[in-house]
Amino acid sequence: MTESPIAFEMRGIVKRFPGILANDHVDFSCQVGSVHALLGENGAGKSTLMNVLAGLYHPEGGEIFIGGRRVSFRSPQDAIANGIGMIHQHFMLVPSHSVAENIVLGLKQPRFFLNLKSVEEQVAVLGEQYSMSVNPRAKIWELSVGEQQRVEVLKMLFRGAKVLLMDEPTAVLTPQEVESLFRTLRDMTVRGHTIVFISHKLDEVVSIADHVTVMRRGKVTAANVPSKGITKPQLAKLMVGRDVLFQIEKKKAQPGEVTLSVENLCADNDRGLPALRNLSLKVHSGEILGIAGVAGNGQRELAETLTGLREPTGGKLMLGNTPLNNHTNWMEVGKQLGHVPEDRSAVGSVPALSVAENLILKNFNRSPIAAGWSINSSAVHDNAVHLVDEYQVATPSVDTLARMLSGGNLQKLILARETSENPKLMIAVHPTRGLDVGATEGVHKLLIKQRDAGAALLLISEDLDELLSLSDRVAVIYEGRLVGEMPARGADIRAIGLMMAGSKADV
Amino acid sequence: MKQQSISYKLNVETRLDNPGWVGMVSSILGVVLSLIVGGFVLHAAGAADPIATYREIFKEGFGMPADWQAGFTAMFSNTACPKGMLCFGPLSDTLVKTAPILLTSLACIFAFRMKLWNIGADGQMFLGAWAATGVAIFILPKTTDRTVMLAVMALAGILAGLVYGAIPGFLKARLNINEIITTLMLNYVAYKMLEFFVVVGPWSLGGFESTGRFPTSATWPRLTELAKKFPITGGLTVHPGIFLGIAAAILLAWILYRSRWGYEIRVIGNNPKAARYAGINLKRNIILVMSLSGALAGLAGMNEVAALRELTGRFPRGYGFTGVIVAWLARLNPLAAIFVSFLFGGLLVGTKLIQPQGIASMLQGVILFVVVGTELIFRYRVRLEKVEQAVAPETGDVP
Repeated sequence: MTESPIAFEMRGIVKRFPGILANDHVDFSCQVGSVHALLGENGAGKSTLMNVLAGLYHPEGGEIFIGGRRVSFRSPQDAIANGIGMIHQHFMLVPSHSVAENIVLGLKQPRFFLNLKSVEEQVAVLGEQYSMSVNPRAKIWELSVGEQQRVEVLKMLFRGAKVLLMDEPTAVLTPQEVESLFRTLRDMTVRGHTIVFISHKLDEVVSIADHVTVMRRGKVTAANVPSKGITKPQLAKLMVGRDVLFQIEKKKAQPGEVTLSVENLCADNDRGLPALRNLSLKVHSGEILGIAGVAGNGQRELAETLTGLREPTGGKLMLGNTPLNNHTNWMEVGKQLGHVPEDRSAVGSVPALSVAENLILKNFNRSPIAAGWSINSSAVHDNAVHLVDEYQVATPSVDTLARMLSGGNLQKLILARETSENPKLMIAVHPTRGLDVGATEGVHKLLIKQRDAGAALLLISEDLDELLSLSDRVAVIYEGRLVGEMPARGADIRAIGLMMAGSKADV
Repeated sequence: MKQQSISYKLNVETRLDNPGWVGMVSSILGVVLSLIVGGFVLHAAGAADPIATYREIFKEGFGMPADWQAGFTAMFSNTACPKGMLCFGPLSDTLVKTAPILLTSLACIFAFRMKLWNIGADGQMFLGAWAATGVAIFILPKTTDRTVMLAVMALAGILAGLVYGAIPGFLKARLNINEIITTLMLNYVAYKMLEFFVVVGPWSLGGFESTGRFPTSATWPRLTELAKKFPITGGLTVHPGIFLGIAAAILLAWILYRSRWGYEIRVIGNNPKAARYAGINLKRNIILVMSLSGALAGLAGMNEVAALRELTGRFPRGYGFTGVIVAWLARLNPLAAIFVSFLFGGLLVGTKLIQPQGIASMLQGVILFVVVGTELIFRYRVRLEKVEQAVAPETGDVP
């Protein structure tokens, strides 16, 4: 391939955060009309680098050139004016507004009178051009996650972005939606757009990217490697710095008696609409039941109902011989129930309290932590030192505030707290989302260990590969009910994908 | 060809860590800055020399080192203060004012820790004063032993404040009614209720706006009562109420940092979702914390009425709001509140004689404003950055 012109070039970017050098003199450039994957573990500095390019962060050092001209971005508006737009992992959309309204949101023009009709027409045309049709009048909340992502892409195209930065765009999509996204990205490169996408899923990188740049600990370890001819293990080694096991080693499950039984469970979502419709399932001790599904089909409500965070509107829940209902003392049940919640920092931990204080969240009311009305501070300290050591939580001290921990370490902290008392039932929701390869491996091992120790595990994840390799059985949730169940070994990933999208397969 | 030009720019970044010194520095800086701002306002209000005014306020509020020295000399020789009341008089007055400020600020601290915005400490204090008065004049006989009388009055004050704090707590927990509105409005209910009882109603003594002087057993013993034995204490009105406040501060600090309940409160205050996840009962805690917050303010009411020795239609308003400011200035730390309350007590006493009236309230307002502002500033870090600009040729081709 002959050298295409350079879309942008970053030279010697340095970005510091307290205690971390997130980008250490990073050089990064991209050719026009290519898909470039930026690969790296969590905390490698990929997102930081992209946020610098998108004008969100101001680097302490380094320069950015676009078309040979040095630019300096003070804000994302500056970046978009130079044709660079970023699509974040969490969409920046207003749910109650329409697609067209979201697309013009934040634009300087028009100043007073908004001709929404012409915007709607332009959006429709743009959608057709790039085969991403979305109804411009639909409200955001009516759209699926995949469609919302299209809106984000259209928003950037509407603003004239030539370079599109995507932060883990496939994390929330079904396999079919991923395929359609990849087709769109291909179309866009043909029209002269440049795509940079951040990922730590190696399969995707190999299948879509033209070039790969790998980062580790704030530095580039491999720049502009053509993706043709590079293998997954090679990429993983560049990323982690050592060989990685892709296959999870586990023994055959030894299912025992039923630990969790759910019968005709119904629950509403936050808007008061039914989210779970007569869902029934059973999890035995010593097995992992994986729940597959596209986000927003009741997974969150299921986990919350099972852990007492949401009141069911109907149905029956049994944990062993204990019924779980509105009269349950959840602090008591907490002993038998481990919960790795979806949102590590907003639900699973208290960011403003120390590591030690976070580690007693579940057992502060019991001896040895509790001593009468008071809390035994030396027991708190010992407990923390012991768990931090056993679960290898990397923290300067046990008195460090939890919000200073990285995502992977925070997850280890939560797992330490939730598994150290050997619960009968573990509910893990997206336990490895956003974690790097190394940390993911650790979490997987821990979950398998719990299973082998006789715990029943309910694993809710959007990562199908993870679900299939970790679970013993897989069930698919769609619109609040389970639409199919099969053994994980030898399961047909296409059939699961179809069920996730709502078509009842005959399984 | 390449030209180099060097320029500087200011970089404002969000501070990700929040070191411990930030709170203290911004509190102190806030006070200093607000004294400067207040100085301009004082000047505009007609004070030719604001610094002299501040000196005067300090002298009135705390006394002068020379006076304290004279006081100590007199104390050791067991004679009266050579300067009349000046030796320890200002300090004594300030300590008298410190007690109710401290108790209301503790009420605020306790609720604020759980992000419950109780701004009704004023009303809860009024209820406490009302209940303590009821006990002192209408329930217990005059001849009751002083300790018993004061203890029952304190209990009644605590109970009344507790109930008055529990009402908004209950409404918040059960019906999710905003506690800011309810506590604020209940203040006015309390003001009017006291007015009804004392000014026009059943407790008014012979048409005067007062219940009349309490029996001695229902008043705080003052230091001046020892004047026969220790002449230096002559005229000093300081009473044991301040110890009540300090004891409450220590108890509160213990609850917050060392007890299981305090742990629950801190978890709820910092992340209610994590609290629910841990199985902590939020509703119960909202009611309990609002109740105890009200109880502390109620105790402040009892303390004040036992110091004033009568309940009048002019029972002081505003301690509850001063408590809000003190709570913030003390960074919701009960022990720090002891010192901040003392400073604010001095400010109240020191500005009593200053015209126009309201200088104290003005300074309080400015302090809160500036402290909240400086805290905001410390969330960011400002850095001077050198920019080396390579001016590329106009044609724009890559070097």
